[in-house]
Amino acid sequence: MGRLSRATWLYIGVIVIAAAIVTGYGPHRDVAWSRLAVLAVLFLVCESTPTAILPRQVAWSPGYAATLASVVLVGPWGAAIVGLVSAFSLRRGLKPAQRVFNGAMYALSAYAAGRVYLALGGVVGIPPHNSFPQIIGPFVGAAAAHIVANYGMVSVVLWLTSGGESGRRLLNLRLSLPDLGYAVFGLLIAALWSVVGAFAAILVLIPLFVARWAIAQFANQQRAYEATLRVLCQAVETKDFYTRGHSERVSRGSVMIARAIGMRPERVEAIRYAGMLHDVGKLGVPTKVLQKTGKLTEEEYAAIQLHPMRGLEIIKEIGFLDEALAGIMHHHERIDGCGYPMGLAGDEIPEFARVLAVADAFDCMTSTRSYRGARSIAEAITELHNCSGTQFDPAFVDALVAAVERDGWQTPDTPVPPPGERIEAAAHDHDDPAAPLRVMGSR
Amino acid sequence: MNVSQSRVSGRQSRVTSPRLRSRARRPAGTGPRLLAAAAGLLVTVAVVQTLLAGVVAVKWALAFAALIALGELLRLNLPGDREAAPIGTACALAYALLIRIGPVPAWQSALQVVAVTGIGMTLGVLPHLAAGRPARRASMASRLLAVAFAAFVFRPLADTPAVIRHWWTAFAVLAVLVALAWLVNMVLEAAVRASVLRARLWVTFTDEVRVLGPLGVAVGSSATLIVFAAEAMGLVAVAVFIAPLLVTQVAFRRYAGIRATYLQTVRALAQVTEIGGYVEAGHSDRVSRLAVAVGRELGLSEQQLLELQYAALIHDIGQLSLPDPIPGGATVLVSPEDQRQIAELGAEVIEQARMLDSVAEIVRRQSDPCRDPAAVGTVAPPLSSRIIRAVNAFDDLVGSSANPSRATAVVGRLRLDTSAEYDPEVVEALARVIAR
Repeated sequence: MGRLSRATWLYIGVIVIAAAIVTGYGPHRDVAWSRLAVLAVLFLVCESTPTAILPRQVAWSPGYAATLASVVLVGPWGAAIVGLVSAFSLRRGLKPAQRVFNGAMYALSAYAAGRVYLALGGVVGIPPHNSFPQIIGPFVGAAAAHIVANYGMVSVVLWLTSGGESGRRLLNLRLSLPDLGYAVFGLLIAALWSVVGAFAAILVLIPLFVARWAIAQFANQQRAYEATLRVLCQAVETKDFYTRGHSERVSRGSVMIARAIGMRPERVEAIRYAGMLHDVGKLGVPTKVLQKTGKLTEEEYAAIQLHPMRGLEIIKEIGFLDEALAGIMHHHERIDGCGYPMGLAGDEIPEFARVLAVADAFDCMTSTRSYRGARSIAEAITELHNCSGTQFDPAFVDALVAAVERDGWQTPDTPVPPPGERIEAAAHDHDDPAAPLRVMGSR
Repeated sequence: MNVSQSRVSGRQSRVTSPRLRSRARRPAGTGPRLLAAAAGLLVTVAVVQTLLAGVVAVKWALAFAALIALGELLRLNLPGDREAAPIGTACALAYALLIRIGPVPAWQSALQVVAVTGIGMTLGVLPHLAAGRPARRASMASRLLAVAFAAFVFRPLADTPAVIRHWWTAFAVLAVLVALAWLVNMVLEAAVRASVLRARLWVTFTDEVRVLGPLGVAVGSSATLIVFAAEAMGLVAVAVFIAPLLVTQVAFRRYAGIRATYLQTVRALAQVTEIGGYVEAGHSDRVSRLAVAVGRELGLSEQQLLELQYAALIHDIGQLSLPDPIPGGATVLVSPEDQRQIAELGAEVIEQARMLDSVAEIVRRQSDPCRDPAAVGTVAPPLSSRIIRAVNAFDDLVGSSANPSRATAVVGRLRLDTSAEYDPEVVEALARVIAR
């Protein structure tokens, strides 16, 4: 969370005071203390081992199940006490302010859930055998209240600390649907309490903990997978010193365009991969062709034109979105139909390919090449506009220009060849719209 | 290598990979068939006997058959070419271990449990068959026999006062039984695997425990949960209490998915050296397949085999850092210093890829001779490195030739070098694998 603004402190203060009022107000009579203690321990265990979901500050944990079971078993006030325990989570790396906020926030959410449960006709205590299915209505209401309160309070704090962006994304309640599912597990715990006591909670939560173990494995593997993809695109760049970092930047540029035109998150993710791997086919082009000075023979030109297909060949076995594959294959098509490898025109070109083409050319122009210096961003934008409608899709050119003007664009450092190492320098770049490849005999 | 050559090479490797995969999937050996036959026989006997004796508590039998069918329909592919049906198995185990349904004691016989489970599983697998996805009979048989085990042990005990007087005695008995049943499942799966892959039973058993163990904990606790829920709340509750296991299943599915994608990415990385013209087409695939076979012959565990497979697939990745491809791509023909440099560069790339550290180490040490007289006191290369060294040399010398006498001759040549270069045990294992 970094350093907190005054508004954030104020907000945390309000939440904490509200939680203090709620827990102080009671009622403190007729509380099943031993049950409450068991539930509090349970909640603490759940809260101490959360699984991170995106964005990074927010973590999901099966704790919902424990607080909601408390709503049924020990009532709103008991549930609030159980929620407070979150402040003592054994999770490391939590700042005191975060702990206090979490405890107060969970106490308030659980209390709200408990009030809704009572308002909808729920009865506090171990549910008797015949309480099904009447208990389901009040319980789902309580779960929904818990989630809305929790998300609401967390979103505000994220919004206050991160200047607006991630809070807006979090308010998207699609994320909370699985949470509703986890919350319902609280009902299962409460329902079985009459038969096996606290073992009910353990039996219900074991599959969830196993699931979390699997998700942790998944996350490890996902990281290794991303790193391997990155190596794959770095392998391409070993061939030409001056194109180092190109793939990463094209990836970033494509994502900027994709976000600007409002693509769905899964597709943004796919285009990120597509950007990283768009030139992987260059590995199939002989190094001496890529680095040749002067004009190319017809055969060498054909070899370069084949690189999108080569790329497809390398990565088509990876279980990507097909769209990313199509984007990589067609990223050198032109709107006027003069591109390669297929000569598609206009809307025939897949959307991903049109996005990649713009980001690709923009990064090429703003980078230093062995045969010319980097152009300024303004010059590159002018060039993009010049080619808009013939080579590039105007909509995506505008999107990139707008995004670059808003967020800026990090141009690469001028590469300094390390002394002693022999650098093969290319005399042309196939991505460069201002300096198209020249073929022997033409012009 | 010019353009047309490398295009051909790409096509060749494309032809080989699907064939490899389909071969790996198809079970062989008599073990699985025997197991499937035994399970089939048991189910037939159980169905006939149950029909003759009359079905007890028909509504519950039907409900559980439906749930088991659903669980089988939602079967799960796990890493390492495995299959499980957590929901189906949990429901079947619960049916075997039912004590009371509401206030009424559960009277179904063990044979009725087997019949209901068998029918449910068959119904659940039909849609898969209709969609052209084959049934893994051996895997289904293991699951069914595990449930049958629990049923035959517990049904006679189900109304013993000593078991059911307190909830905690019942709880303890159930916990032990679900654990034993899952153990039966894992032993049978391990036996099938050992028979199909010609691996050692103890090795495959520890592999099963590692992969299926956590899932078993989830399945067992859900089965216990369903037994108590049936007692407390009746039929509807049973379906509801599958929900936690559904979460587990979704998580495992995602994990298995990314594992598969990751392997594909490593394969793509291996393809890069081939399409770039550094390595002969199909070399990485052949080396990895042969190396895994040799490793299995030498009793490596599944995790070690996986690392060996990754390392073997990309053992030549270091060549990408060379300015020009080695003529012919055969590393066995270049000088030891160059070999070592390629291995070192490759290990650096792999470390960047944040693969398991062991993979980088395997690749780094792949060019070290097994016993280096000049380097007394240094640690010998890991077994996986020695395997890759021998198998790589073998493949470089044999190439894509399918001539068996050539393979034998090459093994003979490797044998001559076992005093220093190659590990004699690895070469002998290689010879046995080739001779099959």
